[in-house]
Amino acid sequence: MIDFELSEEQQMIRDSVGAFARDEIRPAARPADESGAIPAPLVAKAWQFGFVSGAVPEKFGGGGDTRPAVTGAIVAEELGFGDLSIAIHVLAPRLFAFPIVEMGTDDQRAKYLKRFTGADFAAATAAVMEPRFDFDLSALQVSARRDGGGFVLNGAKCYVPLAAEADSMLVYAATDAAKGFAGVDGFIVPRGAAGVTISEREKNMGLKALATYELTLKDCRVGADARVGGDKGIDFSRLMSQSRVALAAMGVGVMNAAFEYARDYAKERKAFGVPIATKQAIAFMLADMAIEIDAARLLVWEAAFKLDKGGDALKESYLAKNYVAQSALKVTDNGVQVLGGHGYIREHPVEMWLRNARGFSAIDGIATV
Amino acid sequence: MIDFELEPQVLNQLKMYHMVSEQMMRPISRECDEHEHQKPTQFYESMWSASAAASNIQIGDDKSKKPDPSKPSAPRRANLLTVLSTEELCWGDAGLYLSTPNSGLGGAAVMAAGTPEQKERFLKRFKEGKPKWGAMAITEPGFGSDSSAVTTTATRDGDNWVIDGTKIFVTAGQMSAEKSEGFVVVWATVDKSAGRAGIKPFVVEHNTPGMTVTRVENKLGIRASDTAMIVLDNCRIPLDHILGSAEVRKEGGFKDVMATFDATRPIVAAMALGVGRAALDFVRDFLKQQNVAIRYGMSPRRLSAVERDFMEMEVQLQAARLLTWRAAWMLDTGKRNSLEASMAKAKAGLAVTAITQKAVELLGPLGYSRKILLEKWMRDAKINDIFEGTQQINMIIIARRILNYSSKELN
Ligand SMILES: Cc1cc2nc3c(=O)[nH]c(=O)nc-3n(C[C@H](O)[C@H](O)[C@H](O)COP(=O)(O)OP(=O)(O)OC[C@H]3O[C@@H](n4cnc5c(N)ncnc54)[C@H](O)[C@@H]3O)c2cc1C
Ligand SMILES: Cc1cc2nc3c(=O)[nH]c(=O)nc-3n(C[C@H](O)[C@H](O)[C@H](O)COP(=O)(O)OP(=O)(O)OC[C@H]3O[C@@H](n4cnc5c(N)ncnc54)[C@H](O)[C@@H]3O)c2cc1C
Repeated sequence: MIDFELSEEQQMIRDSVGAFARDEIRPAARPADESGAIPAPLVAKAWQFGFVSGAVPEKFGGGGDTRPAVTGAIVAEELGFGDLSIAIHVLAPRLFAFPIVEMGTDDQRAKYLKRFTGADFAAATAAVMEPRFDFDLSALQVSARRDGGGFVLNGAKCYVPLAAEADSMLVYAATDAAKGFAGVDGFIVPRGAAGVTISEREKNMGLKALATYELTLKDCRVGADARVGGDKGIDFSRLMSQSRVALAAMGVGVMNAAFEYARDYAKERKAFGVPIATKQAIAFMLADMAIEIDAARLLVWEAAFKLDKGGDALKESYLAKNYVAQSALKVTDNGVQVLGGHGYIREHPVEMWLRNARGFSAIDGIATV
Repeated sequence: MIDFELEPQVLNQLKMYHMVSEQMMRPISRECDEHEHQKPTQFYESMWSASAAASNIQIGDDKSKKPDPSKPSAPRRANLLTVLSTEELCWGDAGLYLSTPNSGLGGAAVMAAGTPEQKERFLKRFKEGKPKWGAMAITEPGFGSDSSAVTTTATRDGDNWVIDGTKIFVTAGQMSAEKSEGFVVVWATVDKSAGRAGIKPFVVEHNTPGMTVTRVENKLGIRASDTAMIVLDNCRIPLDHILGSAEVRKEGGFKDVMATFDATRPIVAAMALGVGRAALDFVRDFLKQQNVAIRYGMSPRRLSAVERDFMEMEVQLQAARLLTWRAAWMLDTGKRNSLEASMAKAKAGLAVTAITQKAVELLGPLGYSRKILLEKWMRDAKINDIFEGTQQINMIIIARRILNYSSKELN
């Protein structure tokens, strides 16, 4: 039955993560964007929230909480409101841990999950994207060929967050390219595995505080036990739907950041003797931003809700993510426009949000609910 | 708890509305569009008896009960069910939906501004006898958007109000004023010097001497719906036909117009959704016949332009739908929804205008042809961006709310 109300628990999570985002992430965002480094104490503090350890089952020392995707979307939005780079950074270990929690074998769970239950941030990641203009999740070109008991991985990945510091990573590769999503497997590749080269840190237009890397896999051999889920494999389509929901939710957070900032500015800034917000040209931009934020958030929640019902949310998450990719660009662009020349200057955050928002059309698979 | 699922009873009910759309509206859609002022009386009769039957089934809840926030059980859903059924019926035909015999916007005004006794007295007729219509008249030749500029007057004269003025664009005006035992709610000022506060709603019964329909408009779309000009010339009505109180208070009067809009804007948004979905469904089926697959999940950079257009139409429609559901749900749960109602209306009006225009484009020469209904839906869709507050007026309302500005500060 249709309901738009958050549960009390969700409301509490939203409030506490929202306060952290506003009071601690936001002030760190600009310096991090300029320097390319996220302060370790901030990452440590985020770790305390248990975004990663919480998802680990109790028997491996985690919180054992199976929060619904809707709650995950709420968390992702709030973190994205704080800063997109920092949000993706602090959630990156989930890219490794979460598929193992959900789809790994018992041995894999026992072996790999404990590391996420300690007091300190445990870097881990996943390699999904590939450096091609027509990169497509349903047609990965990184391949995994069976060889004796194990697999041999070949190809190139990009936008791999925290690759240089991660203990281990999941590499997604096509075991059967003809099968689309169903032909993809995830492989656990330990740090320093032979045949894996990690490039210099990537340089991008936005997400400048997030350390991402290219990865070359040249005859990288892994054992049969490296395949997530063993012979059963993974449900890659579902994992990517979860990822799209998370990224789209973060996008809503970025939109909301730009909206609030522009709205407050427009009420203060005067031109021709009156606040610019009293002019329809500005007021309508702000109204449009507000509509798009609510519309996008509802699409994200609906996709998350579908995931929680256990059904196939491929279409909903895909459409929501693409919607956000477009509307986040438009909303953050409006954010810059409302500030006029001042929006173009790096003293204000709006230009950073515009650069970050453009990323949503490029990135996929680098966050999860 | 966030939930986007409609329960089976509701889905079943919607199937019934869908059948009405398919079997009673679509077959006469084109004819009613081509013969603008011809009345589909058979359709009126069937809808009238169908709605009598439906009111006995009653899937909704008792509209007369006020929501009680202390009791979370048995939530009200009347407004949500209304937007759902409206979408379903406008999928059939938006013009016919508007011409369906019922209390219409006149009923909405009575519900928003009338006393319990007046609701009973004026609305009872819609449950019995022959088909009847209700209408609401605010707009005048001199203004539309600025509904505080009402110049029609209501003057007290003994046991009567005397109404004088001209109203235009009254939906179902002809059916309500002259062709059935319905009524028109006329907004008039009792005190011009009081501005907005002096504007009050009056129920003018059908065929009241002094009320004349002088013109029925020819329109771009929704041609099955009559849009009338009504002249009120020394039109006498009983004193107790003023809805609510006659007292001119600062807070009174005009607030009722706004309260009506909070409830009707989600409905207009839902009308848009219905037309938009009609176009979307048509294009989907058409593409399927042409073996054009819509490949969800694939990189947008690998899709065809047609696929991208189609997906854009689909997600825009869904975004508008979720905003609409939320606005209706808020009314049901007793939350103030002016902002959200305007968001839904603004988004749906604009999105569906674009969706139907794109649908015609996608089918090329076929889309432009009057052999199929797409071009009609494009014409029908446009009205949703105009009435019940134009796109711009809804944007002003949204902007005022998010900026916390008064109508003086932003207009
Ligand atoms: C890189 C750069 C180089 C520049 N070089 C020069 C230079 O060489 N010399 C120089 O003198 N200046 C220069 N400028 C300044 C530039 O011309 C101004 O930034 C520009 O005129 C906008 O003024 P503002 O930034 O104060 O915005 P504001 O005037 O504060 O406007 C803010 C927003 O309100 C809108 N707005 C303002 N008034 C109205 C209204 N009446 N109705 C509707 N909307 C309104 C604007 O369109 C804008 O979106 C430069 C700016 C930049 C960013
Ligand atoms: C088919 C149909 C059925 C209708 N049914 C009814 C009915 O049942 N009862 C009834 O009372 N009325 C009805 N109307 C009238 C309808 O509500 C008005 O047409 C509508 O409110 C717009 O008013 P207008 O046509 O006078 O346009 P105007 O108010 O003249 O507006 C013209 C343009 O200016 C814009 N505009 C106006 N003010 C502003 C502003 N402050 N800032 C920015 N832009 C502005 C508008 O958005 C619009 O684009 C109906 C109209 C139609 C076409």
